[in-house]
Amino acid sequence: MLKRMQKQAGDKASAEQIVTPSGEVLIKDKKQITKDKFRKFMLGSKDREGFLKVFVIYALLICIGFIYIYPILHMLSSSFMTLDDLLDSSINWIPSSFNLDNYKQAAKSMDFWKSFGQSILIAGLPTLCNLISCSIIGYGLARFEFPGKKVVLGIILFTFILPSQVTMIPTYVLYSNMGILGTIWAFILPAILGMGINAPIFILIFWQFFRQVPKVLIEAAQIDGAGYWKSFYRISLPSAAPAIITVSLFSFVWYWNESYLTSMYVSGITTKSGWTSLIIQLKNFATNYDKYAQTAANGAASINESINMSGTMLSILPLLLMYFVLQRYFVESIDRTGITGE
Amino acid sequence: MSKKNPGKEDKMSKKNKRKLKEGSLAKRDAIVGLLFITPWIVGALVFLAYPLITSFRYALNNMRMTPLGMRFRYVGYGNFTEILFSQTDFTTEMISYLVSTIISVPIIVVFALIIAIMLNQNVKGKGFFRLIFFLPVIIVSGPILGMLNQEGAGSLTSIDTQAITSILESSLPGALADPISDLFENMVTILWYSGVQILIFISALQKIDRSMYEAAKIDGGSGWECFWKITLPNIKPMILLNIVYTIVFISNNEQNSIIGLIQDSMFSGTQEKGYGYASAMAWMYSIVVLLMVGLFAGLFMSRKDVYEKQVKKAKKAHKKEQRQLKQIERRSARNAKKNAKASRG
Repeated sequence: MLKRMQKQAGDKASAEQIVTPSGEVLIKDKKQITKDKFRKFMLGSKDREGFLKVFVIYALLICIGFIYIYPILHMLSSSFMTLDDLLDSSINWIPSSFNLDNYKQAAKSMDFWKSFGQSILIAGLPTLCNLISCSIIGYGLARFEFPGKKVVLGIILFTFILPSQVTMIPTYVLYSNMGILGTIWAFILPAILGMGINAPIFILIFWQFFRQVPKVLIEAAQIDGAGYWKSFYRISLPSAAPAIITVSLFSFVWYWNESYLTSMYVSGITTKSGWTSLIIQLKNFATNYDKYAQTAANGAASINESINMSGTMLSILPLLLMYFVLQRYFVESIDRTGITGE
Repeated sequence: MSKKNPGKEDKMSKKNKRKLKEGSLAKRDAIVGLLFITPWIVGALVFLAYPLITSFRYALNNMRMTPLGMRFRYVGYGNFTEILFSQTDFTTEMISYLVSTIISVPIIVVFALIIAIMLNQNVKGKGFFRLIFFLPVIIVSGPILGMLNQEGAGSLTSIDTQAITSILESSLPGALADPISDLFENMVTILWYSGVQILIFISALQKIDRSMYEAAKIDGGSGWECFWKITLPNIKPMILLNIVYTIVFISNNEQNSIIGLIQDSMFSGTQEKGYGYASAMAWMYSIVVLLMVGLFAGLFMSRKDVYEKQVKKAKKAHKKEQRQLKQIERRSARNAKKNAKASRG
């Protein structure tokens, strides 16, 4: 591998010499050789990829990569701009000064620290419940044979496809009858019972994972006197660490980003409960900001693109930080869960 | 929950230990398995079956919130006909949703496949690219996309979408042109939807046996042929998975205008709207989504082996023959009895 990379690097260096017009000055029979070499270099041979192909792949990847992060770059750059920078057509990307005012005002209007703390609760507690319930259910499906197992799996798949809107209205009424509307219990309770947001995916991940735990291992544990619960808790669960990591990361992210159900069940649409999250604050950013600007004593600027963008930046900042710290687990997560089969 | 269960299990196993002499292991396993998925069963009854049935009941009623509680008035299919024929917003939104989904699902899946194949080559900085392509999965959510689109960060300013839009509008009917031009304007957000799909494809591509490609190369197969004859058939199940995932993701996304419509009519105070009206809308929407998933699944479901099919057919024919033979036997026996009776009589 290393040798090959070195070889490629060497070829690249020689390529520059060939591509330059200095190749024209060479003697004729040498020219023939370089031409052959050049063609081989560009189009590749049996055992080596051609420069052209490699170049196209890199160019495409870099272009598409740029398109991917373009909105984030745009957001980042315009969040630092002052109003003058925004109006100045000569300033495109780099703001004239490093200006944190937008962030301060956005944070104040979003009530950043309170919403941040509640966001963590709203995302964290159901994640924990999801983890517990989905692992138990997944284990039950993977390890035991019982009548109606196929039906259960079918229903789990069905709940994944079914849009949540169809059950949303009765669930809303149900929660309000139970008196848990506008509290965190509206998220925790379904999560405990394996009906949280995207819980079917998590159950299937655990199911897939526990199927790979060798049955012999569990039988050995049972011969040594472990009960059913112990062989799950002490033997199977520790070996499912990758699944646990994947499920908790994704569950956290999905709960964090869920604005629709959060605003409906937890923070309330018609009646405002005390609960809020960063995403909910962002959803109502314009009205919140207006309210804040009216009450602010030191004459806050009226809402503009920079403030919008800093608000957006603030609401995704915790996730971005988490992503860059835990990137390995995120990116490898799908490999590890064995969704694609072994 | 976690504390409750071990006690249950212990009791269960103790109880069963005494019975063990006659009870079979399989039976005990089945009971414990059911115990393990009890949370799910309860959850499915409370948060799935009950809401589904109730939602259907709501859809057949006109519901009003009064200080005394909810008041139902049975209207039969009134809500459905109201949505379909009297109000125009649902049908127009539905058509644009259908068109844009049918167009964007293949785009997303094919795009994800191309990226995955490129990343599966010997590319330096593979980890970095994967990091970038997966980033949107982490931050994508309704309000953020809304905010980005509002500020124009969702479309590429460098590509002149105006020209494409005007061409489309002049050549296609309005119902088709609008979703397609929307697609071009929100190209970035479309690409953003494909993070998970890319990773699924990459891990599927890595699991294809290298030696297959080598064998194909020895037999003189080109890269193009290898792609169609080896890569594609191998990742076909993943294509189906990605298609289903994409449809579900697009349909449940808050950016979807139908979802907004349902929510609006749920809390609207007008006479004919309300919970019942919204439920009817949600039912129709779900049925459309399920049908669409079914359609794509039907297109990409792995077909059964021809050999297996033939075997099944033969078995069926054999069974039928046997049944007929038995019938004839029975009939002849009956006839013989009858004849004997008649001759005796």
